[in-house]
Amino acid sequence: MPTHPVDIDMNEQEKYLQELLTKQAQGQLKPKDRYAIKPQDMPAQDAVKRRHAMSEVALGYTETQARLEAMRCLQCANAPCVEGCPVRIRIRDFIGEITKGQYDRALEIIKENSLLPAVCGRVCPQEVQCQERCTVGKKFKDVNMSVSIGRLERYAADLAHGGGQTPAVAPPTGKKVAVIGSGPGGIVVAADTRRAGHEVTLFEAFHKPGGVMVYGIPEFRLPKAIVQEEIDVLKKMGVKIVCNFIVGRTRTIEQLMKEDGFEAVYVGVGAGLPKFMGIEGEHLVGVYSANEYLTRANLMKAYEFGKGADTPIAVSKKVAVLGGGNVAMDAARMAVRLGAEKVYLVYRRSETEMPARIEEVRHAKEEGVIFCTLQNPKRILGNDAGQVVGMECLRYELGEPDESGRRRPVAIGGSEFVMNVDTVIVAIGNGANPLIQQTTPGLEFNQWGNIVVDENCRTSMKGVYAGGDIVLGTATVILAMGQGRIAAQAINTDLAK
Amino acid sequence: MAYRIVNKSQLSENVFRIDVEAPLVAQARKAGQFVIVSPEAEAGERIPLTIAGADQEKGTIRLIFQRVGKTTAQMAEIPEGGALGYVAGPLGRPTHIEKFGTVVCVGGGIGVAPLLPIAEAMKDAGNTVVSILGARTKDLLILEEQFTSLSDESIIVTDDGSYGRKALVTEPLQEVCARSPKPDLAVAIGPAIMMKFCCEVTRRYGVPTQVSLNTIMVDGTGMCGGCRVEVGGQTRFVCVDGPEFDGHQVNFDLMMRRMDAYKDLEKRALQQYKDHQCKIGLDRK
Ligand SMILES: Cc1cc2nc3c(=O)[nH]c(=O)nc-3n(C[C@H](O)[C@H](O)[C@H](O)COP(=O)(O)OP(=O)(O)OC[C@H]3O[C@@H](n4cnc5c(N)ncnc54)[C@H](O)[C@@H]3O)c2cc1C
Ligand code: SF4
Ligand code: FES
Repeated sequence: MPTHPVDIDMNEQEKYLQELLTKQAQGQLKPKDRYAIKPQDMPAQDAVKRRHAMSEVALGYTETQARLEAMRCLQCANAPCVEGCPVRIRIRDFIGEITKGQYDRALEIIKENSLLPAVCGRVCPQEVQCQERCTVGKKFKDVNMSVSIGRLERYAADLAHGGGQTPAVAPPTGKKVAVIGSGPGGIVVAADTRRAGHEVTLFEAFHKPGGVMVYGIPEFRLPKAIVQEEIDVLKKMGVKIVCNFIVGRTRTIEQLMKEDGFEAVYVGVGAGLPKFMGIEGEHLVGVYSANEYLTRANLMKAYEFGKGADTPIAVSKKVAVLGGGNVAMDAARMAVRLGAEKVYLVYRRSETEMPARIEEVRHAKEEGVIFCTLQNPKRILGNDAGQVVGMECLRYELGEPDESGRRRPVAIGGSEFVMNVDTVIVAIGNGANPLIQQTTPGLEFNQWGNIVVDENCRTSMKGVYAGGDIVLGTATVILAMGQGRIAAQAINTDLAK
Repeated sequence: MAYRIVNKSQLSENVFRIDVEAPLVAQARKAGQFVIVSPEAEAGERIPLTIAGADQEKGTIRLIFQRVGKTTAQMAEIPEGGALGYVAGPLGRPTHIEKFGTVVCVGGGIGVAPLLPIAEAMKDAGNTVVSILGARTKDLLILEEQFTSLSDESIIVTDDGSYGRKALVTEPLQEVCARSPKPDLAVAIGPAIMMKFCCEVTRRYGVPTQVSLNTIMVDGTGMCGGCRVEVGGQTRFVCVDGPEFDGHQVNFDLMMRRMDAYKDLEKRALQQYKDHQCKIGLDRK
């Protein structure tokens, strides 16, 4: 465990906790005592030092902090937080175990519903899920005052680090399941169908399994070792992992089913296909999709270029990142770490509309990312060599709410100005990758190229199931995982027939 | 061992041919498709290489590459019996093969390698094949025999006149296009600048032209957009929409600039690699 820079004296905190515990044991701990406990801050790496470090920024609670934070939970009879959780983790109950110091038990409860707590504790947008509904937050009319459910989840998961047991596997059924794509959805399907005794093969196009958790979300937010541990568990369970295998090209779904004997196929290939803005100058050298920028940096370790890693990445001084989601924050913070002097985050709407997790926005600001809201590029400017030298932007103001309920940004005529940048990273979302569609006749897709499924994640093709971003459009880790759970259940039911 | 190099030969000073074990790719591949390879399993750079041929029985695919940067230099070091880090594919859409009539196949430099399976498939489909092969100098010319034996007519040119005609490929291409009847299709593969000028020639004669683009790639599955090019004014991804496009629609100038993007960094990597080899004595064989 790293040592934590905490402002409050540890002994003081410890004493405070003991007092609370004693009171609780005597049945005298009142809600007002719980409200009085200050929300526990997450210890983090120093903002200046971490500008040059790839290692994880948020360091995790100490035991005392975790138990104090857990004591803030009112143990509501109706537990509204559970309703906000996409996979219905029994939040109240696991938090209750943490106050008692029963951390293993807490993790067991979480694992009933979520297979990847160390990941979800770190990357879930809790402030719009469980923590949005939390009674404590409601009482203070501030979501930031809610119980930090995500941090507690992470605490319980990190303690078991490496010690998590390998789930038991039922006797062989002799049936073969193919899982395509090793993102969170695929990992869950592989685990759950393997547990039922099926012979499971996980196919991944890249040379490393893990999906977006490996090539998209950076090390400083989600250490790759955590994802690797989950992959190792799959291996121990006997899941066969085949990398460098592109379903649709190396083998088609039809071949897997008709020739290779797979009776069920789960398609979890993610979103893929980055969107560009369609403005002038997007082909200039120095314009990247966030996917490319982050993949080069994460998976190919371009930041170690010349030190064993061979994938080059532009050496940028002034970077503009376009977008306001998690992907944009990740790209901006990665640019800071790759040595950019100035990183601008350019977003059409205002900060309130940003879809990124609050914590990521805060971390980005602490690290010096400059937020340029209500601005949007009109064109990217290049020099004779075709390199980016600037970006012409327009200023915006917020108008009437649109279909999504967010206020629509409206360009202010004549407000053009030039931003001096040498690199532009486009992080405005992803469309659906057409590869499976091109190569799987008979599978139904909607107009955006997403696979159509029923409530059990069954597709229009018998034996084929799908979930995650390829079904939902761009979603989240927890939603992909939740669909994986549902799909695995459907597979297990159908194969038992 | 997976991805083992079962056969290796050097075609010219900097051009190597390897047969690599990749049975599923050998089975699935069609003319015009490519693979992503890396010399290392973990940290290596991923580069696209066109599949120049395959042996389904042996389960091998044939790759021909030119030593230009660090990654290809590293690949050139791997001996017969050694292995690549990985091979993923086949990627890209296969070439559209049918009986067009007369097809003129133009290959420049290393582009001659990916051209071979296409020329073969065109011949098999019943086309008359005229091939034009170009190289800077005699020693750099590859696959001449294979082309002369499959083509109905073959023309060889070198920039310096050390072999065949002293000309650029565009010169005989223009002559062939000027014939009556003119060819029904041209396929041009080579350096971007060569493809650009070939397309200018064929456009004048109204000969439809296919080119195969070898841009920078990362994933090769449509995920990163690094391979994007402008075709007919629209952004297209070479790895999923290509690699073959209507040459008359491709914006070669934009593409050439993008391909130059990493030149300096690549030079640096190659230098570091060479320095490193000297230190550990790898170059003393
Ligand atoms: C930079 C970034 C930051 C994000 N931050 C967050 C966050 O903070 N919180 C959050 O909840 N979500 C976040 N997301 C979104 C989240 O990562 C995704 O919603 C989630 O990973 C989707 O999971 P999935 O199961 O659909 O598969 P993915 O994780 O998308 O993985 C799909 C896998 O399938 C492979 N594949 C694709 N095609 C084929 C094929 N034909 N054959 C074989 N394999 C194939 C791909 O290589 C990939 O590994 C972020 C996404 C990105 C890009
Ligand atoms: S809503 Fe908040 S206070 Fe109530 S049980 Fe859930 S976490 Fe605890
Ligand atoms: S190589 Fe990444 S999209 Fe084509």
